[in-house]
Amino acid sequence: MISFELTEEQRMILDTVEAFARDEIRPAARAADEDGQVPVELVQKIWDLGLVCGGLPEEFGGDGGQRSAVTGAVAGEALAYGDLSIAIHALAPRLVAYPILEMGTDEQRARYLPGFAAAGFCAGAAALMEPRWDFDVLSLATSAVKSGTGYVLNGSKCYVPLAAESEFVIVYALSAPARGVSDVDAFILPRGCSGMTLGEREKNMGLKGLPTYGLSLKDCAVGSDARLGGERGINFPRLMSEAKVALASMAVGVARAAFDYARDYALQRRAFGAPIATKQAIAFMLAEMALEVDASRLLAWEAASRLDKGEDAFKESCQAKSYAAAAVLKIADNAVQILGGHGYIREHPVEMWLRNARGFAPLEGITTV
Amino acid sequence: MIDFEIDSELQRRLDMYQMVARQVMRPITREYDENEHARPTAFYETMWAGSRQGGEIEVGADASGRNQARRLFTILAAEELSWGDVGLFLQIPNPGLGGAAVMAAGTAEQKQRFLKRFAEGKPKWAAMAITEPGCGSDSAAISTTARREGDNWVINGTKIFCTGGQMAAELSEGFVVVWATVDKSAGRAGIKPFVVDHHTPGMSVVRVENKLGIRVSDTAALIFEDCRVPLDNVLGSAEVKPEGGFKDVMATFDATRPIVAAMAIGVGRAALDFIRDFLKEHNIEVRYGVSPQRLSVIERDFMEMEVQLKAARLLAWRAAWLLDHGQRNSLEASMAKAKAGLVVTQITQKAVELLGPLGYSRACLLEKWMRDAKINDIFEGTQQINLLIIARRILGYSSKELN
Repeated sequence: MISFELTEEQRMILDTVEAFARDEIRPAARAADEDGQVPVELVQKIWDLGLVCGGLPEEFGGDGGQRSAVTGAVAGEALAYGDLSIAIHALAPRLVAYPILEMGTDEQRARYLPGFAAAGFCAGAAALMEPRWDFDVLSLATSAVKSGTGYVLNGSKCYVPLAAESEFVIVYALSAPARGVSDVDAFILPRGCSGMTLGEREKNMGLKGLPTYGLSLKDCAVGSDARLGGERGINFPRLMSEAKVALASMAVGVARAAFDYARDYALQRRAFGAPIATKQAIAFMLAEMALEVDASRLLAWEAASRLDKGEDAFKESCQAKSYAAAAVLKIADNAVQILGGHGYIREHPVEMWLRNARGFAPLEGITTV
Repeated sequence: MIDFEIDSELQRRLDMYQMVARQVMRPITREYDENEHARPTAFYETMWAGSRQGGEIEVGADASGRNQARRLFTILAAEELSWGDVGLFLQIPNPGLGGAAVMAAGTAEQKQRFLKRFAEGKPKWAAMAITEPGCGSDSAAISTTARREGDNWVINGTKIFCTGGQMAAELSEGFVVVWATVDKSAGRAGIKPFVVDHHTPGMSVVRVENKLGIRVSDTAALIFEDCRVPLDNVLGSAEVKPEGGFKDVMATFDATRPIVAAMAIGVGRAALDFIRDFLKEHNIEVRYGVSPQRLSVIERDFMEMEVQLKAARLLAWRAAWLLDHGQRNSLEASMAKAKAGLVVTQITQKAVELLGPLGYSRACLLEKWMRDAKINDIFEGTQQINLLIIARRILGYSSKELN
């Protein structure tokens, strides 16, 4: 049955996270960008909201709640409205916790999940992307070759968030000659294990508050128990779908931030005796921005609601992510344009949002719902 | 709970519309494009008979209000039928835009009086006449007058671009809703809708337009010369209140804009389905999830068309859903209309381009859909007017402050 209404619980979460994003995250956004780091206390505060790794089973110390991709999208948008670097930093543990929860063996779940249900922020890192111009999740270059009872991994990864502070890293690799998206495997590796080299912290155009690293694997030997899901392996398309929906909803958050800021500015800034918002040239840009924020959100929700029903949502999540990535870039660019010269100055946040927005298109799998 | 999935019961009903589109509309779609003013009378009878049987083939405003998803169902059905032929869709004998105005502005008694004819007798149409030679989007500048004289309103003026106007006024026992001012000095507040019954003396069709597309749909110019209608044919109240009259025009648009969006989407989907089949035939795969750097231009174009259409569809669904749930939807209706009109214009143009020389030929329907699509970017408020409405809403400006 078609419905555009959030549940009571989702509304409550939305209100809580929006207030938090406004009062706590946004004020810290510029400093995080300039300093290249997110304050530990803020990350812990977000962790304390109980959303980051919500839905872990009680037997591992979790809240035992129901996970929902729509709820994740709603919360992700609200956090990213505050700041994207901070949001991704705070949510990074999901990149490890949820794949293990959904697809890990009993032993892997028992071993790793309690850490993510603990009171203190538990960093987690996932290594998916590779430093190639035509990087493609469907044809990873990182390989995992079966050797004896275990595997040997080779390849290079990039944009691995929080790699330096995580105890272990999930590395995505191809263990068989690729036939398609379903042939990707994941391996849980202790950080700094033999054969793994962590690179320097990456210097990126945006997302400057989020520490990301390159990582190389050279003849990195692991036991078979490192393979996520054991003999079963993983449902990679599902993980990718979740990641794409998460990125899409965060793009909506950044887009909405840029739209709101530009609208408020246009209502106040006067030219030729009237607010610039009274000029159609500006008003029409804002109208289109508002429309595209909504369209992006609906596409993200559509994919998310399919995930919640356990349906395949690979195509839908690809659509949602690519649409939202293009929309947020246009919206952030328009926001800079509406502020004119002021938009180019780092005193206003719109230039930061433009830099952050540019990241959505190339980035994959650095967050999940 | 957020859910954008059509349930099976609804899908079953929509499948019937798809069947009508495929089996009744498509076979005659080119014929009535080529013969602009010919009338598809067999089609009229089929659709009229269909709507008598359980009221299934009944689109546009319908008086029954039988379930909570009425508007949503209306736009879903409109998409299916417009996939068949959007011009034929507009020409289906039903209450149409005239009915929408009665539903939005009329009293319960008026709804009963004017709409019950659609449940009996021969095929009928109802049209809405707003646009004038001197005003289009600026509906508040309407110069057609309605003067009270004894037991009548006397209407004088010229109306153009009246969809289905000829069918409603002269070729069936329908009616035309004419927007006229009862008090020019009152501005928009003085504008009221009047029901003018078919063949009312003083109302005449002076022209049926030749158009770029939707050629089977008659677009009429009407003249009203001392045209007398009973006093109780003014929809709602005749009293001039601030924002009173114009509010009804806007309320009508809130209901019809999502439908126009859905019509656009139907045309767009027709083009997209055509291209999808074509690519399949030629073994050109569209690969989701692959790096954009590895995709062919055709794949990228197709994906863009597909997602843009979906974005427009979700916006249209939301606008209709809000109305079904008794919530205000002017902003959302304008968003849906602005988006759908634009993207479907682009999608159909891209579809013609993708097929190279074949796309330009009248041997296939792509060129027709490109011509048909464009009207959705224009009528029921151009894209620009809808952007203006969105802008006013998000900025909190009145029409005086932002124009």
